[in-house]
Amino acid sequence: MTSSSVPVPDRTAVLLALADQRLPSGGHIHSGGIEQAVEAGLVRDTATLRGFLHRRLCSAGRVAAAVTAAAVTLGAADVAGLDAETDARLPSPAQRAASRSQGRGLLRLARAAWAAPHPGLAWADLGPRPHHPVVLGCAARAAGADAAGAALVAAYLSIAGPATAAQRLLALDPVAVASVTFSLSDELAAVAAGAAPGPGTWANLADDGDPLLDLLAEQHAARAGTLFAS
Amino acid sequence: MSGDHSQDPHRHLTRGGGPLRIGIGGPVGSGKTALVAALCRALGDEVSIGVVTNDIYTTEDADFLRRHAVLPDERIVAVQTGCCPHTAIRDDITANLDAVEDLVERLPGLEIVLVESGGDNLTASFSRGLVDVQIFVVDVAGGDKVPRKGGPGVTGADLLVVNKTDLAPLVGADLAVMRADADRVRSGRPVVLMSLREDPGASAVRAWVLAHLQEHLHDGLHHGAGDEAPHPSGRAGA
Repeated sequence: MTSSSVPVPDRTAVLLALADQRLPSGGHIHSGGIEQAVEAGLVRDTATLRGFLHRRLCSAGRVAAAVTAAAVTLGAADVAGLDAETDARLPSPAQRAASRSQGRGLLRLARAAWAAPHPGLAWADLGPRPHHPVVLGCAARAAGADAAGAALVAAYLSIAGPATAAQRLLALDPVAVASVTFSLSDELAAVAAGAAPGPGTWANLADDGDPLLDLLAEQHAARAGTLFAS
Repeated sequence: MSGDHSQDPHRHLTRGGGPLRIGIGGPVGSGKTALVAALCRALGDEVSIGVVTNDIYTTEDADFLRRHAVLPDERIVAVQTGCCPHTAIRDDITANLDAVEDLVERLPGLEIVLVESGGDNLTASFSRGLVDVQIFVVDVAGGDKVPRKGGPGVTGADLLVVNKTDLAPLVGADLAVMRADADRVRSGRPVVLMSLREDPGASAVRAWVLAHLQEHLHDGLHHGAGDEAPHPSGRAGA
């Protein structure tokens, strides 16, 4: 009787590709607040980097994972609602702009790779500049991945890009930076596990904010001579 | 609008629709920005041009171009490169594609976009997903061994420009050696030796650009069918 069912292929490889730092979707020009944190002296070495990344994971990462997981099952009628909910979770205009900029980049890639997120949703339904986690969830769905996997990718990306930015800005030992990322794997798994979409309403989406990240983003946007876009 | 083009990610940027995209790369100080300024001055009256700059610190080159008023401000866009200008023109070209798309949307009839890289080393080169053709600029003062050393920019660029030939006697560089080495490593692709100081209009590069623009428009007409039609009258608009 098992022979009659079509096996569901494992989508781990797709998730690995979506989480790859070399994915050409524009992430490398964003530091997730690290550049401003370095400027302010808050991040100076691998110990302070780990503290910053953990804090980021538990706020921006949690929100990104939740929105990404919700986007996996997004219908055309809900696009505007999820977009507004994401805006509401990013009070800093600079952070909204950074999220939409990265969403635009990932959308360009996703529409080249997959015809549509699913039969009931077209890429064009997302608009020209959707939030990054919305596109990420749709891309994961297009590739056949589930919400849990997509949320894990979102949580990972919330610290992986900033970690690389810190490595470049402070010339940190890349092995030490990689070790920091590995050391946060339990926390990553917990954030991803907590991102499962709740029944029915967007009000259940994680809304963990961090005024420090908002402030850093705004200060960064106002400063001349930055290397990263955010 | 931009959300409606079909699945080709570069659809309205590629042949059959968008402007000719020319990458200009090369080491720091070789004269990339000066060449961009010269081309804008020499072509700006007859061709609709936009410029994208990739700076280390965001806007230095764009500010130079604006200060010298070679183009109206809205035709010049600076992108940030996340501490890695090389990545932004070759490995992950997203920010540059966004900038080119924005120029195309903002400036109907745009015919050429010059994408200037941040000053980088001899291994820098542009992705074919970002530009149609690329120019690599080195200078005589960098030493006459540069062409022989090669690298993707020197060997693979569609045009190699050796700038500041007026300095050759001062730095002991042998132009004949540079020319011969360049020809040898480039398998017949064109090389221009020039001095922007002596030829502020960059006449040889200007002619090369115009020839590629003609070819681009011709290809556009034949492969066309894009939603943004190419300009059948050639470089009429400005």
